[in-house]
Formats: sequence, structure tokens, C-alpha cells
Amino acid sequence: MHAWLLAFAVFLSGCGEVWNNPYPAQETGRNILYSAFTERPKHLDPVQSYSEDEAEFNAQIYEPPLQYHYLKRPYTLIPLTAEALPRPRSVDAAGREVPADSPRVAHTLYEIRIRPGILYQPHPAFARDPDGKLLYHNLKPDDLKGIYSLRDFPQTGTRELTAEDYAYQIKRLAHPRLHSPVFGLMSEYIVGLKAFAETLKTEDKALAASGTGNAWLDLSKFQLAGVELVDKYRYRIRIKGRYPQFAYWLAMNFFAPVPIEADRFYAQAGMAEKNLTLDWYPVGTGPYMLTENNPNARMVLERNPNYRGEAYPAEGEAGDASASLLADAGKRMPFIDRVVFSREREGIPYWNKFLQGYYDFSGISSDSFDQAVRISVEGEASVSPEMKSKGIKLEASVGTATRYFAFNWLDPVVGGGQADAPGRERARKLRQAISIALDWEEFISIFANGRGIPGQGPIPPGIFGFRTGGEGINPVVYDWVGDAPRRKSIEAAKQLLAEAGYPDGREAKSGQPLVLYLDTTDRGPGDKPRLDWYRKQFAKLDLQLEIRGTDYNRFQEKVRKGAAQIFVWGWNADYPDPENFLFLFHGAQSRAKFQGENAANYANPEYDRLFEQVKHMENGPARQALIDRMLAILREDAPWSFGFHPKDYSLHHDWVGNLKPNNMARNGLKYRKIDAARRERLRAEWNRPVLWPLGLLAAVLAASAAPAAWGWRRREQSKGRT
Amino acid sequence: MPIILWTDALVFLLIACGIGSGFYIGRREYLLASWRRVGESRAGMAALTVLAAFIVLGLLDSLHYRPRLEAVAGQPANGYSSEVRSALDALLLPLRSGTEKTYSAPLATHLYARETVELPDGTQARVFPRLRHGGAHLQDPVEEWARDVSWKVARGLAFAVLAGLTFAAIAVQAAALRWGVGWPAAWRRIRRGETQFAWNAVLATLAVLLLLGGPVAALAGGYHVFGTDKVGQDVLYLTLKSIRTGLVIGTITTLAMLPFAVALGIVAGYLGGWVDDVIQYLYTTLNSIPGVLLIAASVLMMQVVIDTHPDWFATSAQRADARLLALCFILGVTSWTGLCRLLRAETLKLRELDYVQAAQAFGASATGIMGRHILPNVMHIVLIAVVMDFSGLVLAEAVLSYIGIGVDPSTISFGTMINTARLELAREPVVWWSLVAAFAFMFVLVLAANLFSDAVRDAFDPRIAGRRIAATAQGQAA
Amino acid sequence: MLAYIVRRLLYALPILIGVNLLTFTLFFVVNTPDDMARMQLGIKRVTPEAIQKWKAERGYDQPLLYNEAAEGAGKVTRTIFFEKSVKLFVFDFGRADDGRDIGHEIKTRMGPSLAIAVPVFLLGLFVTVSFALVLAFFRATYLDFWGVVACVAMMSISSLFYIIGGQYLVSKIWHLVPISGYAGGLDAARFLILPVLISMVAGIGSSTRWYRTIFLEEIGKDYVRTARAKGLSEMAVLFRHVLKNAMIPILTGVVVVIPLLFMGSLLVESFFGIPGLGSYTIDAINAQDFAVVRAMVFIGSVLYIVGLLLTDLSYTLVDPRVRLQ
Repeated sequence: MHAWLLAFAVFLSGCGEVWNNPYPAQETGRNILYSAFTERPKHLDPVQSYSEDEAEFNAQIYEPPLQYHYLKRPYTLIPLTAEALPRPRSVDAAGREVPADSPRVAHTLYEIRIRPGILYQPHPAFARDPDGKLLYHNLKPDDLKGIYSLRDFPQTGTRELTAEDYAYQIKRLAHPRLHSPVFGLMSEYIVGLKAFAETLKTEDKALAASGTGNAWLDLSKFQLAGVELVDKYRYRIRIKGRYPQFAYWLAMNFFAPVPIEADRFYAQAGMAEKNLTLDWYPVGTGPYMLTENNPNARMVLERNPNYRGEAYPAEGEAGDASASLLADAGKRMPFIDRVVFSREREGIPYWNKFLQGYYDFSGISSDSFDQAVRISVEGEASVSPEMKSKGIKLEASVGTATRYFAFNWLDPVVGGGQADAPGRERARKLRQAISIALDWEEFISIFANGRGIPGQGPIPPGIFGFRTGGEGINPVVYDWVGDAPRRKSIEAAKQLLAEAGYPDGREAKSGQPLVLYLDTTDRGPGDKPRLDWYRKQFAKLDLQLEIRGTDYNRFQEKVRKGAAQIFVWGWNADYPDPENFLFLFHGAQSRAKFQGENAANYANPEYDRLFEQVKHMENGPARQALIDRMLAILREDAPWSFGFHPKDYSLHHDWVGNLKPNNMARNGLKYRKIDAARRERLRAEWNRPVLWPLGLLAAVLAASAAPAAWGWRRREQSKGRT
Repeated sequence: MPIILWTDALVFLLIACGIGSGFYIGRREYLLASWRRVGESRAGMAALTVLAAFIVLGLLDSLHYRPRLEAVAGQPANGYSSEVRSALDALLLPLRSGTEKTYSAPLATHLYARETVELPDGTQARVFPRLRHGGAHLQDPVEEWARDVSWKVARGLAFAVLAGLTFAAIAVQAAALRWGVGWPAAWRRIRRGETQFAWNAVLATLAVLLLLGGPVAALAGGYHVFGTDKVGQDVLYLTLKSIRTGLVIGTITTLAMLPFAVALGIVAGYLGGWVDDVIQYLYTTLNSIPGVLLIAASVLMMQVVIDTHPDWFATSAQRADARLLALCFILGVTSWTGLCRLLRAETLKLRELDYVQAAQAFGASATGIMGRHILPNVMHIVLIAVVMDFSGLVLAEAVLSYIGIGVDPSTISFGTMINTARLELAREPVVWWSLVAAFAFMFVLVLAANLFSDAVRDAFDPRIAGRRIAATAQGQAA
Repeated sequence: MLAYIVRRLLYALPILIGVNLLTFTLFFVVNTPDDMARMQLGIKRVTPEAIQKWKAERGYDQPLLYNEAAEGAGKVTRTIFFEKSVKLFVFDFGRADDGRDIGHEIKTRMGPSLAIAVPVFLLGLFVTVSFALVLAFFRATYLDFWGVVACVAMMSISSLFYIIGGQYLVSKIWHLVPISGYAGGLDAARFLILPVLISMVAGIGSSTRWYRTIFLEEIGKDYVRTARAKGLSEMAVLFRHVLKNAMIPILTGVVVVIPLLFMGSLLVESFFGIPGLGSYTIDAINAQDFAVVRAMVFIGSVLYIVGLLLTDLSYTLVDPRVRLQ
């Protein structure tokens, strides 16, 4: 027994002084960043990828022409591969340049000039034989034997980034075999994209009919009217009318370059069967490249040897210098050699490993906000004393997201579509009463660790149109008392409810209690507290709430059909412009009628009129005035109970440097740096194995063996005697 | 307005069956003998006492009603709340309604998390606020807490002793009357276990239960004995509510599968031939699908049905109940095969016995023989299977809830409690009380069930356990 | 013997067909292909066209059982049933709803699953059989009594508690092993120790008790009394006679689960982040990826049938009297 324990101890101590290091010993002390992912990314193809967990990888690999400044707030666009920010030129139908606010504007042109000399990461798609012919572009099925990942190709190559690659990717938005989530939206704006998609569709059908259904569809053979190649480094995008927000899209992966070689390479027969696709192995010009893709266990990003070396920004917000965020100004990025993402499907191990120092930061995005919520009991916006003593730091910033309760406008009870004015008035008062009763401050403190700001409207702080102070509050729900908003009393809500015709939660005419229905996707066992909380809020008004928890499919379906009554949802901004929030109430975006993003199906002609105006305006006092009017309409109508804007925060150890949460820019890894030696020291300090339990275990086993041995001896002896 | 949920109805049906078979057995000496052996087992009777306590709680929790809404001046009619409550809820009203804001430790007077409060002088401070209910009666919690708690414990203990003595007195009096001896002699016989029925075990267990329950009940009036959970619900209340779910899963599941298992097993064994082949094919097929996957698929399907027909259920309690019931049926469908195989094997044997052959020779119908001669002779197997499956089903519920295919999240059950509680272990500082409470209650329930089933098995057939599993595997091989 | 095996395998065919029909009915009643598409396409900006496209790509746009539009054999083969269910028989699992090859995934995940399941199985068998022998040896003493009590207590604890408690104490508080994760090769040992120990401990109670019953039943038989009368020591009786004769009941319970070890353990794998088939199944259930669940159901049934066959074959090894025909 003791020998066994000894062997066990020797074996474990062979792994270094800490026993619980989940990483191989040879990685100790190296310039590697450790992170985790909870959901395996579904798409890494830049035309399809749209979620934050995918951007975690893609944004380090692909480089769209523009990016957000890492430090500056409010979020500002700066060039990434482009030479400069494109200056949109407005032209009329005849092609003459006109002022941007002219009513004659027919098209807007974005001309982007990219920097020369940018190289792609090493990739077999670029590998050439000595004659200069592409090496792996005519593979026979036999050639793929023994090849399971990209690393199994012996040769790699590279080439310079050209404007054509960007044009090619825009064409891929319309690819009949891919489904880009933004195709619908972009085909409204990019000239000729819709027709281009039709052309490709017929072409694809023809290919399928000729029996080569999976053959490569060469997009370069077809012309897309809205994208023009000027020269090797310049391309021009033609937009219908005006769409000032288009520049923001140019900072997203949908507009990143894709080399035609890669497309061609992955389209070869037999590739897709081995998961050799662009969806699996991205090809980019960015600071990192994906070298290991095993979504069951880990994904590894490695420094791209061909990376041109962008300089760390030299200026930022006030306070960035004192937070030593500017110390590396001008240095070549990236700073870290390798980034290892381990699969961590459970929140608890993730958190515990972070506390033990095996994850450098708990990368908690607003998507997985709920997981962070389970972390600490303390409802405060700073780390607890224990964590502080470990040097764990918290970076908080107000996110660009909003959570809300939506009232379905089409619903006969809570909706606003009644035929008669008194009916509409009653429903509005009901919505207002519920909005007051839903105590989001309490929700934030219980479920979001106090990390959120109660919503006064759909626009979160940090986005143009948000107002602070007394003029920014929602006067229907809050009073401005002293220098802070105060939620109106429950009596005020009850008063409204009575005026709505439901005194004490009972229908005035029949005396029947009013039962409302809430649809939610919260139905896991961990969601029970939240459901209880919802019920508690409605009970304050003596309203009865029936919660219908469904899976995400059914929930979507219900919302899409307009069959839900009240439901909980959220929105994460695509880009930092108020239009991206205000359009959630636009009548033409109605989910039930037009499959748009207006999930509450809110409809108000006055609002729609203002929206059409605000949409194309430049930020300024005039726009602010209109937005104020729109917000006033929304607050009065209350199609949502504006929940809260989750604060984005991330916890990280003090050996991680240059970390500032940035909700729009996902390409933050290149800025980070770590102090690997300090990490090693602290890990050893925090993870000293506790050995007495092993001793205790041995003792217990020995103690329980003793009576057995004794009893055995006695039995043998007694046998001898009889 | 009383409401009878589906599971309630089945629970009552089960109780009725229990009472009915009690009368049936009571009039047949040869059946009574086995039960007497159960009564002799001290561990079994102690376990039964504990189970009885659980069952009482579960039954109280099965009497559901919708409370009448209070009359409001100037309104024509009164409606009923859509909230479904049970008699247990009414008994535990202070626990149910005494919710706090969020976590508080067992017997705490202050919240477990700091909060920003405005001080009288207008400044803000972060303090642990007082609880709204837990220890709210104390003026100065620091000073009075210890005294108040010990006083309440003492009162609870005193009550427990009183109640215990009353029970003991009743038992002794009954015994004295029966044996025609005096109180001291009767007490001695009970204490020493010289009775046929294990009275001493019952009384001892009862004493322990009372000594534990008394102080808890006394404290529960003023404190949250097991603390509160994330939204401030009393953990003691949640644990007590979990009991019904556990009992329902453990019993209704078997009730749901029994008709299949018994009918198919006997028919297959008695008739043989192609009927036997079909039934064997049926259960081998069902058996060969990994249980969890079959349950997962069925639960998901059932959820879709429930989700697409929200109008079938007037209240969310009814919907949750439908899901619980469906879970019971699904578990039943996936677990009837074992018993079915066992019964088939037993029937094969019985079929060859003389009296069955004789009945056949007299021209009795097949149904008659199966019902009159075979069924009564396999009932002990059924009984043993029922009691043995119980604990496994209670444990299975927790696991299924973890995978996300268990009960409705609004149903309070051990599984949902463990699942939320396990996340709390990662908190700093750690929140341990929900997990410990769920663990303790679940452990006691399952342990009692295991001990009782052992007693039943030993009394009816000491070797059945070994035979059963062996028969299971052999049946598969056949 | 060979003829017997072939015949048994042929018997398995109707069972597998039944399994397939059952799962097919369950899964396509549960989730229409529309639901699956919406699930996979993500949250924002999902258009009906995208859903149509997704379905077409994966062959979910075809009719369920009978295709009117197709010609000849296509009427039957160009259906969801044929494409998704019948192909399983040749172990062509197709692609998961997220587009990945299920067959490849199963192959790579089998290793980690076995790395846990096999040690748990072997160590567990060894520990429980020896423990049961000890209890049988000390039958009707206090040692036996308390041993059984311990067993009953241990089997009354939900496996969730073993996992949660073990992970909390050993990994979080004592820092003895990594909390979760997995690595290939020898490195795996560090990650496997705790899950293996926990699953073993969780299973000790019920198995020990069962083996003890078997041993006691054997001990009560006449030949044991004869052996003792010959003057054999108690140890010799236990090992030479009882253990050997108890093999048949032990084998019936044990051999049938050997093939199922491939399926992995749902709970342990997902708690400890081990990329095996168990966690694959759980992920698939949570993501409602029915292609994967269907494949796992099918494999499970096949392995179960193989297990039954192995059980029969193993009888001939321990008991020469058994003949298979």
C-alpha cells in the first residue's frame, strides 16, 4: 500500500512542483496565452461566421480593411489593411459627384486602397512547385490518403494580398452553397448583388444538372456590378443610395479577404469529407494563424511568420496611460507567440482553473454573461478581497448590448394594435405598469453581479444618442430624485394598472384574474431562480404570470409567428451606431410580418417616419434631437420593458498586460502580452498540493484492514482448535 | 378550489391499491406470514418509519388546490388564482412566503452578500443587510442570536420528547392490553425486542426523527434553518417540496410499467409460440437501445408536444405535472423489460406445475388460468421489483435533470436542486447549504428505501436478487 | 460454433431494424428539419431561404418515406428514411448537423472514452470481487454486517455527489490533479486518475453487495460443505471452489457491458471535460443534433447485441458443459 502511494507521489511529482497543471510540462515558462472556449465554433468561414465565439478566432486571422481603435472611446474606425478610411463619394444617376445630403444621390462609392506588401500566412493552397505551378490544386483521391489535417501537407507557400481577394469575398456573400447571414441585408445595398446571386444560382443548377454538383464554382468568371477593381491595390464598392453605416460593416469579417487559391484548393474532391474546408481552416493575413483545430479539446493560434507587424497604438482615452496601456506604444505586435484555447464546457472548471492560474483571463463576453454571474456572491463591481490578494483585476466597460422584456404588439392584451383608441390606451397603461414593476435593478444585482445599467431606452451608453442625467431617464418608469433616477413606486404602477382596467390584477368587468404569458428559453435546471424572479415581479401587481419555457427552436418559431405574448430577449450591436438599435422598432422590420429584427412587431408610423430620417444622418445635434423624439415615443408606448445594458467585464491575472475590453473590436489578442515568469511563480504558489489527505487515506485503509486481518487470524486459529 | 393533478390522481390510486391489497392480504394467513417476517426486521421497520414520514409529507404535498382570490370591493365575482398550491404549502406558509433577496446562510440574520445602502446621514456604505424574515424578530442580532437559537432548540427538543413519550405510551398501552401484562413488563418486552413486530426499532427511529424535526420546526418559525437560495427561497421548503417529486417518480413509474410488464410477461411465458417470439422481440429491441438515449429522445418529443399545445394546460403547475407524469411513463416504458423477462421465466416454470396442468385438463380458459393461478404466484416477484426499483428511480431523476431531460425546471426536485447547488460551489465564498440539504434528504430517502427493500426481499425470497439479475442476462441470451 | 455465431448475428438484424424504425419515428416527430436548420444557422438574421438551403444541402428537403417525384428505385431511396436510417446498417453515419463527419468523430473520441472506461471496469471488478470475497469470508460477523451497511450507504448516494464532491475536494481544495481536461499519451494519466477513482467508488456499493450474494449462495451449496469436510482451508475453498463456480452469474452481468464501454460515461466525461463519446452524446442531446444521437443509438444497440453474443461464448470458456448449437 505504501509502495503504491509512493509510486503515485513520484509519478505526480514528475510533472513539476505543481501536480494539477493541465498543460504539458514543456510549455512551462513559455510565452503562451491560455484561454478557453465553451462552445465549439460552428463556422470559421468569414462569410458565414457571425457569433462572438467564432470571432474570437476569426478576428485574429482575417483582416478586413478597417478595424476599431483598441483604446479610444467612443468606438472609432481606423484603417487595418486599408491605407486610409474610405471617403464615401455620392453620385447621382448619371455618375456625377453630388453632395452627400443632396436628394439626387443615387449611389455612394467607397474606394478602398490597401497597403502593398501584406502577405498571407503560410498555407498549402499557395504552395508552388519549382516551375511556379500551384502544387496542391490538382489532387487525385489517392493524394489525400494519409492526410487528415492541414499540417499533413508537406509544402506551404504565401502570396501578397491584393484588392481582388476582397472583391472575391464580397462575391462569396452571394455564393449559392454558402449562406451568409448578411446576404439579405447587403443585397439591399450593394449594387447588383441580388442579380449576381441569381446568376450564380442558375450556374450552380447547371453544374448540378451536368452531374458535377460538387464541382468548384469559379466566382471570378462572373461580374458583380457593385464591386470594381481599380488596380492591384484598389477596389471600389457601389452602394445604393446612402448608407453611412456601411463603413462599420467594412470592419467585420464579411468583408475580409479570401484568396481564390484557398477557395479552389478546398473545393477539390475529397477535401470536405476530411473536414478540410475554409469553414475549418481559415486562411488570413492577420497576426495569428490557426494551426490546430480540434474543437473537442483545443484550438491553437500561432504567430503568423509572414505578419507585417502592426504598431501598438500610441494614443488612447484619458486614463489609459496611467493604466499602463500605452507603455508599448509603437512596438511591433503581436507580443504573444501562441494562444491555446482549451475546450471547457462547464462553467465551474473554467472558473476554478482561472483561479488556479491556468487561464490567463476569464474571457466572459456578454454572450456568456450568465456564466460569470455564478461566480461571486458579492454584488459589487470590483473583485472580492480574496481575488484582489491574488492580483486578479477586473476590467469593466459598458457593453453594446441590451436585454429586454418585449411585449408582442400583435397580442390582444398587451399589444398596441387594438382597433379602438381606448383599447390601445388600456394596453399601453398595462405595459407601463409592468415596466415599473419589473425591478431590473434587483435583477442586475442578483443575476448580473451588479454589472449592468438599467435601461432607460434601447440605446446603451457609449453609443451616440444615449443621454446621461435627468434628461436621459425614462419618465414613464423613473423619477429623477436628487441626482439619480429612482424607479417609480409600486403604487404608481398599481394606479396605472387600475386605469388600464385591471384593478388589483383583476379584470374590472368579470373579476377574473389577469393571466399573462411569458415565453422564455430559460428552462434548464439552472434557470429556476430566474423564473421565480419573473413571477415575483408580476406578483407585485397581483398579476399572474404563466411561464412557458421552450427550447430555442420553438421560441424562435413562436416569436417569428408573433404568437408569443411577452418574451425575454436581447440584442448585441453589430456596429456602434444608434441605427443598429433603433431599427429594432422599425415597422418594416416586423418579425411576424416581414421576418425582420423587430421581434416585438412594434408599429408606429410617426416613429417609422423619424427613423427613415435618422438612419442616414451624421451624428450631431440635429440627429440627437430626432433620436430624443423617437425615444420619447418608445418610452410612452413601452413596447419593451427596457431591461438593462450588461456591462462587459473581464477578469484577468496581473501578468496579463494591455487588456482593455472592447466590445466592437474582437481582434484584441495582438495587443495582449503576458509575463510568463511571474505566472509560473504564482501558479506554483497557489497550487501547492495538499498531501495530508493522501496520508489520511492510507491510514484509513490500514485501519480498516486491521480488523479483517485480526478476524482472519482468529478464525484460522479457532478452526485449528475444533 | 381543489385541483387534482394527474400525478395526484395516480398517487391516490396507488394508495387505494395499497389499502385494498392490505385488506386482501390481511384475510389470507399464508400471505400474512411473509409480511410478518418483514415486520420482524428491525432495519426494515426503522426504514419504513422514515419512509412513512416522507410519504406523509409527499401526500400532504399531493393535495392541491387553487386558492380563492380575496374579495375586492366593487367587483362582481371572485376568481381563483392560477397558482396551484398544496396542503403542504399551506402548512409551510411562513417558509414559502418568507423569501429574502438572495443567499443567506443557515440560521443567518444577515444576507450573504453585501449591498450598498444609504446611511441616515446620506452617505453610502456596503454592508450585509438584515434579512427580511430570518431572525427579524431580534432587536440586536449579535447579542440575542445565540440565546434565541438555543431557546428555540430547547423548546423544539422539549416538544419532541413530549411527542415521543406520547407515542411510546400509546404503543406500550396497546401492547399491555394485548398481552394482558402491566406497563413495566410491556415496556421491557418492547425495549428488548421480544415482540414479533420490531416495535423497538420503530420507536427508536421515531425518537430520532422527532429529536431532529422538533428543533428544526421550532427554528423554522424564526429563521431559515437551511439558509436561502439565489432568489432568497427557503432551502428547507425546497427540500421538503422535493420529496414529493422523488416519491412520484419512484412509485408512479413502476405503476405505469406494471400492467405492461405483468401482462406481457405472463402471456409470453404461458402462451409461448409466436406470441412469445413477438414479445421477446419487443423487449430485446427496447432493451438494446441505450436507456439514456431512449429517454432523451422520448423526453424531447414529449416536450415538443407539450410546447405546441399550451392550451391543454390551464396553469403552469399542470404543465409541469404533465411533464413529470410523462417522464414517469417514459422511465416506465424503458424499464419494464427487466421485470417482463423475469415474469416470463417464472411463468414458464409455473406452467409445468401440476395444478396448472390440472386446470388445463379441466378446460379452464387461458385467461382464467393466467389470472387465477399464475398471477398470484408471481406477485412476490412483482412486489420485490417494485420496492427495489424505487431507490434507483429516485437517483435516476437527479442524473436526468443534470443532462437536461428530467423534470420541468419549475418543478422542485432533488435533481433541480443539485443542479443549481453544484454551481454554487464555485462561488467565493462558497455556498454549500443547498447542496448539503439536498444531499442529506436524498441520502436518507434512498437509504431508507434500500433498507426497506432489503427487508421485503429477504422476507419474500432471500435469493431473488441473485436470481433476478442472472435471469435478466440469461433472458437476453435466449 | 461458427454457425452459431452467424445465426445469432442474423437474429440481430430484425432487432436493429426495429431500433432504427423506433428512433426514426421518435426523431422526425420531435423535430422537423426546419427546427434543426434554425438551430444550426444561429441567432441573428435567419431568413426562410437560408433554412431552405440548409435543408436541401443535408437532404432534409426530401419526403419522409416515399418520394412521389423520383423515378424507379428513387421512390424509396430518395427519402429521408433511406438516406438517414438505412445507411446506418453499413456504418455510414453521414454528417452531423453542424456539417462534420460523424464516423471520423466517433473514431477519434473512442480513445478517451476507453481510457476511462477500461480502467474503471477492470479495477472496479477487481476491487469489488475481492471486497465481496472478504465479506463472504467473514459472513455473519460484525465485519460483514458493517461492510454491507457501508455498501448500502454508498449505493444510496447519487453519483452526482461523488463527482461534485470529489472534484471539489481533490482538485479544487487539495490541488492534487487538474480540474478537467485531457491530453493524449502518457499525459492522460494525470487527467484520468480522479475520474477513474470516482467512477470506481461510485460503483463499489451495489456491485459488492451483489457479488457477496452470489458468493453466499455458492457457499451454501453441498459441494462446499464436502470440500470443507475434506479438510481444505477456508481460503482454499473460497478461491478454488466458490470463486470458480460463481463465475457464471458474474459473467452474465459483466461480459454484456464490455462492448458498451465504448459508449463512454455521460456524466464523468462531461464533468471532467474528457472528449469522449459520452460527452459527445450529451452535447448532441443538448444541441438536438439528431444525426449524432441516431448514430449513437445504433452503435449502442449493435454493441449490446455483440455483448450478448460474447456472454454466450464466455460460458463455454468457464463451463465446459455448456455447448452452443
